Amino acid sequence: MRDQIKKGCYNYALIISAGLLALLPLYVHVSGDDFYLDLANRLMILAIAATSLNLILGHGGMISFGHAAYLGIGAYSVGIPAYYEIYDGLFQLLVAITVSGLFALLTGAVCLRTRGVYFIMITMAFTQMAFFGIVSIEEYGGDDGLVIDTRSTFGNFFNLEDTVTLYYFVLASLLISLYIVKRIMTSPFGMVIAGSKSNERRMQSIGYNTYRYKLVCYVLSGCLCGYAGALLGNFTNFISPEMMDWTASGELIFMVLLGGTGTLLGPLWGAATFVLLEEWLSRITTYWHFFFGALLIIVVLFARGGIDGLLKRLRLT
Amino acid sequence: MDWVLITTQLLNGLQLGLLLFLLASGLTLVFGIMDFVNLAHGALYMIGAYFCATLTELTGSFLWGVLIAVPVTAAAGALLEISIIRRLYSEDHLDHVLATFGLILCFDTAVHFIWGPEGKAIPLPAFLDGRVTILPGIEFPTFRLSIILTGLILAFVLYFIITHTKTGMLIRAGASNRQMVSAHGIDIKSLFTVVFAVGAAMAGFAGMMISPITEASIGMGNEIIIIAFVVIIIGGIGSIKGAFLAAVLVGLIDTMGRSFLDTLLKLILSAENAETAAPALSAMAIYILMAAILAVKPQGLFPPKGR
Repeated sequence: MRDQIKKGCYNYALIISAGLLALLPLYVHVSGDDFYLDLANRLMILAIAATSLNLILGHGGMISFGHAAYLGIGAYSVGIPAYYEIYDGLFQLLVAITVSGLFALLTGAVCLRTRGVYFIMITMAFTQMAFFGIVSIEEYGGDDGLVIDTRSTFGNFFNLEDTVTLYYFVLASLLISLYIVKRIMTSPFGMVIAGSKSNERRMQSIGYNTYRYKLVCYVLSGCLCGYAGALLGNFTNFISPEMMDWTASGELIFMVLLGGTGTLLGPLWGAATFVLLEEWLSRITTYWHFFFGALLIIVVLFARGGIDGLLKRLRLT
Repeated sequence: MDWVLITTQLLNGLQLGLLLFLLASGLTLVFGIMDFVNLAHGALYMIGAYFCATLTELTGSFLWGVLIAVPVTAAAGALLEISIIRRLYSEDHLDHVLATFGLILCFDTAVHFIWGPEGKAIPLPAFLDGRVTILPGIEFPTFRLSIILTGLILAFVLYFIITHTKTGMLIRAGASNRQMVSAHGIDIKSLFTVVFAVGAAMAGFAGMMISPITEASIGMGNEIIIIAFVVIIIGGIGSIKGAFLAAVLVGLIDTMGRSFLDTLLKLILSAENAETAAPALSAMAIYILMAAILAVKPQGLFPPKGR
């Protein structure tokens, strides 16, 4: 009974947050200040990316240190067609998801042969390859990046040029992503993934080909992050190889860990804390990276289970 | 083909390889013995370079700068180990990555705060600043040659210590089985601190060696640390021999790729295609090498024994 109440609280928290987010443009419209809308957009897009990483990292125990590759692939899937004046959003999103999925399939097939720290490093190596690959293509800006002059359009129905439209599109994407990830996590497939995280050998002896299951999970996660990358490209209007830098992958891991690994809403809290903290600290001091780094160390040393764990503990006592 | 250019580039590759070895040896020992992923190793490389720059200014001599900066960097490493790193050993790899990522941010900002955003150049003394003739018709910068020589000497000394002394034996034993070593009454905590400090000194030394060529700058360790990780993964974690071979291999492939790949590609591709493909491929070469090696040998060339 108490569990049900708690679960109810949890759902309410989500509904209330979603409701507040949905009403944000109204406030912005009244106050005339776009700033919060941009902040919320960035927050939600990163939350989708962190959610996708959480699917393999938190739920499946596969610590990918190269997830930013998919952000980059997604963003370039918007940028490169836009460079050739193809602005069709459906096409761009389809490219983003397909290419990310293929990249995840090819690299995942190699990466998943290794484990532990070798896995961490080889995922990073593949992302470095993508990074240098993009850097060396002069046609698409190389090091300097690429400006997206027009955001995605969806036929005559709507386009993302208007910030409020983009905002609702991102919000809907976030909610749908969370729903999909929830379904995956609670499905028999998700159970196999969770099982191979806690005891892979046992899952194998039951008769599951855990390698295949993990590969599928890895590809799904890549597709979702590629989608987030396409949104990010639309949002920033400017894409560069920097998006795939290994520090960007580190930041995604930080969001997942800060929020709480393996929980549904953890990455959302993590991304929110990350974005708001970055905004707040960078206003106070130019040396804000120092406090950010110190916070990372403190989180690792003292805050087990992240924000989600903290919320759960608070509700328990 | 131009033999002078090839020889020069081979030496440049060797020099890069030995520099990588200085970084990777400390990294692989810390990783192998303490099972600790230290992304902040590149930060020690950076502060070594900055210490050296300041001390060179103060003493007026690069040699004195290096001689004093090495123990200072080692002390900084020991301090770091005792204050923060020690508490992380019992956590998992993910936490290591995150905490040391945080350390990088702290170090980079601290350097920005103390030394300012500009890089710092380190002037070389006259006797290192020239060029020497190593073979008839082939000249090579003296300083780069001295990096090669000190690198080789340090590699040899390190190899001797690891394979022929009692401390080395303890380090190897620690890499195979930590609990067993400490069960035999060895003070493994102090051993960890010493190894970490030595690793820090080697990384700092590498930073001091490269700065007269490139200058000390913020974030200089962030790119090379990734390559150092590639090196120790290829070589097999915990193996000094593996780190040495992999470092030289990576140094040579990277340097040779950047200078000759376009010429090679022109043999099979059109000139235009070769011009576009070569930079991409040479930048990716070492990562392709690592992925290929891990696909065949998931634990690197010289995998750790006994685990």
